[in-house]
Amino acid sequence: MSVTFLGMPADRPFPRNAARAVRDSQLRFNLRKATGTIRARRAGVVAEAPDWAELREAGKAIKEHTLRNLDRYLVQLEEAVTAAGGRVHWAAGAAEANRIVADLVKATGETEVVKVKSMATQEIGLNEALLEHGITAYETDLAELIVQLGDDRPSHILVPAIHRNRAEIREVFAEHMSGWGRPAPDDLTDDPAALAEAARLHLRERFLKTKVAISGANFAIAETGTMVVLESEGNGRMCLTLPRTLISVVGIEKVLPSWRDLEVFLQLLPRSSTGERMNPYTSMWTGAAEGQEFHLVLLDNGRTGVLADEVGRQALRCIRCSACLNVCPVYERTGGHAYGSVYPGPIGAILTPQLRGMGSELDRSLPYASSLCGACYEVCPVAIDIPSVLVDLRSRARHSWPERAGMAAAGWVFERQGRLAALQRAGGRLRRFVPRRLPGPLGRWTDTRDLPEVPRESFRDWWDRTDGGRR
Amino acid sequence: MSSRDLILNRVRRALAGVPDVEIARAYRGPTSAPGDIRLFEQRVRDYRAVVHVVDEAGVADRVARSLAGRGARRVVVPAGFPSAWSAAEGVAAIADDPPLSAAGLDEVDGVLTTCAVAIAETGTIVLDAGPGQGRRALSLVPDYHLCVVRAARIVAGVPDAVARLDPTRPLTWISGPSATSDIELNRIEGVHGPRTLEVLIVT
Ligand code: SF4
Repeated sequence: MSVTFLGMPADRPFPRNAARAVRDSQLRFNLRKATGTIRARRAGVVAEAPDWAELREAGKAIKEHTLRNLDRYLVQLEEAVTAAGGRVHWAAGAAEANRIVADLVKATGETEVVKVKSMATQEIGLNEALLEHGITAYETDLAELIVQLGDDRPSHILVPAIHRNRAEIREVFAEHMSGWGRPAPDDLTDDPAALAEAARLHLRERFLKTKVAISGANFAIAETGTMVVLESEGNGRMCLTLPRTLISVVGIEKVLPSWRDLEVFLQLLPRSSTGERMNPYTSMWTGAAEGQEFHLVLLDNGRTGVLADEVGRQALRCIRCSACLNVCPVYERTGGHAYGSVYPGPIGAILTPQLRGMGSELDRSLPYASSLCGACYEVCPVAIDIPSVLVDLRSRARHSWPERAGMAAAGWVFERQGRLAALQRAGGRLRRFVPRRLPGPLGRWTDTRDLPEVPRESFRDWWDRTDGGRR
Repeated sequence: MSSRDLILNRVRRALAGVPDVEIARAYRGPTSAPGDIRLFEQRVRDYRAVVHVVDEAGVADRVARSLAGRGARRVVVPAGFPSAWSAAEGVAAIADDPPLSAAGLDEVDGVLTTCAVAIAETGTIVLDAGPGQGRRALSLVPDYHLCVVRAARIVAGVPDAVARLDPTRPLTWISGPSATSDIELNRIEGVHGPRTLEVLIVT
């Protein structure tokens, strides 16, 4: 099987990436501030919904049921979209999806496209692929624009430029806007409103004249063929509405059975993601709306492999709200780049190794990028038990031989009560000789951990000797 | 094998023997009760939109004053928008017939619309391209959007709105003016959509 591409090189393991990231104090400051803000906002609007627990339960069940019947719903979606005048394409992997999109764009005769932020197109590296065909893709989401202008990488699902503060954003705009179109005003300040205004002016002309747009979708309704995109800025509406041709690249797990299911997800998603009662704009369209040409590209790219895994398949319930990133103590300190994938944070730690396999050192290290505190599970609007999937993946990662030998020895000892007791007594007698740190290469382990004190007497021996403290 | 069959086969293989689940909908579903006007007003205001509550007789005057306040002289008025409401003095009501170009829309001072549904709990208005609302671009390109909401269109929550809307129509859910959370995760109003949203609730 070919290796699933996830939009980023996977060269170094997580701990090395993380060690570098945590030395960047500006990054840590930006992240702490941003995730702190969003956590408080989310908590407020979630507390306001009296039936949050029931919505979450329903969201989980709807997604479970959909995944269980995914073949049926995908076919139904295809029929509904086709009946409404759209065209449906199927892509097994990233290369195929990129080829389909490039061909569709070329068929229009255009060489420029506008894009709404979409995880799926980042995952397949669509912009780079289009460039090889002489097609320039312009990102229009403010954060994506910051990333694209700064020749940077996204570091958060929802706020890809979360690692940048306003002063850095000003720098990026002032320096690079002119290379991509209308330059930033000379007197640009780092006032967020001024930065937003600069983005508005920079992109407006492009929106008005570009003939092809590429988007993803948050949901695709099988029953009606309706596509749903949630956004804030209006760049999504611009892309979805103005161009003559619209191409949406959508992961196969985005399908929902019925129109009615939106009553659940349009409550779960905005409150979990930006911490608002509702995001500023949600667009819904069915097939070729208002005379537009509409193409839906359904993307597998490793998802069916995840679906086959009994424990791991729940990761496909994810609605990409990013709540788990914002509460994660590891993400808050390392940021998204350390995860080496377009899917960072807790969800990335379980999704990336499943989509990409555990062939590289990075992907084997991702299930360990967690303290297993469980905060991600608690906030997840579709109740993905991320810690359990992490533990399951850990058991599957290939371990180093000293670790395997150590675990085998421990297994042998714990297998029989007598073996354990004998070892404990020996340890009690030799306790003076137990070092504080392990020797040789094993010392790496004790660099960050303390070895437990060995007691003079084991608990079991104490219990036998004193009859549970009564003697 | 086509990619379609390949994907569908992989899905079927992955799911063999996996049990289905029941969906319990114990959350608050659609109600038949009308939405709370005060709550809607408050929630729209929370997004820093401008809100007025007027009676039927006061709409035209309120529209005229709002447009005058912005110095708006040329506004788009979609077919089906009550003409009595848009007859403000000194304001040219521009019809979208023949359809205005995107560049043309960019030059007007604003747009007047009604809405299909409004949601009290979330302060959302939903446009479905029905009478008085026009195609989607009309409420998008101009920098100023004034939406007249009849009280009867206000529903309690999201489930009521979903139940009332027709998915075959192009729908736009609007909650406050265009905004972004991309700079340090604070909501800043005004990016690509209308930077000013004004809502008139007609009781
Ligand atoms: S795993 Fe859950 S909390 Fe994390 S992004 Fe996905 S839906 Fe949101």
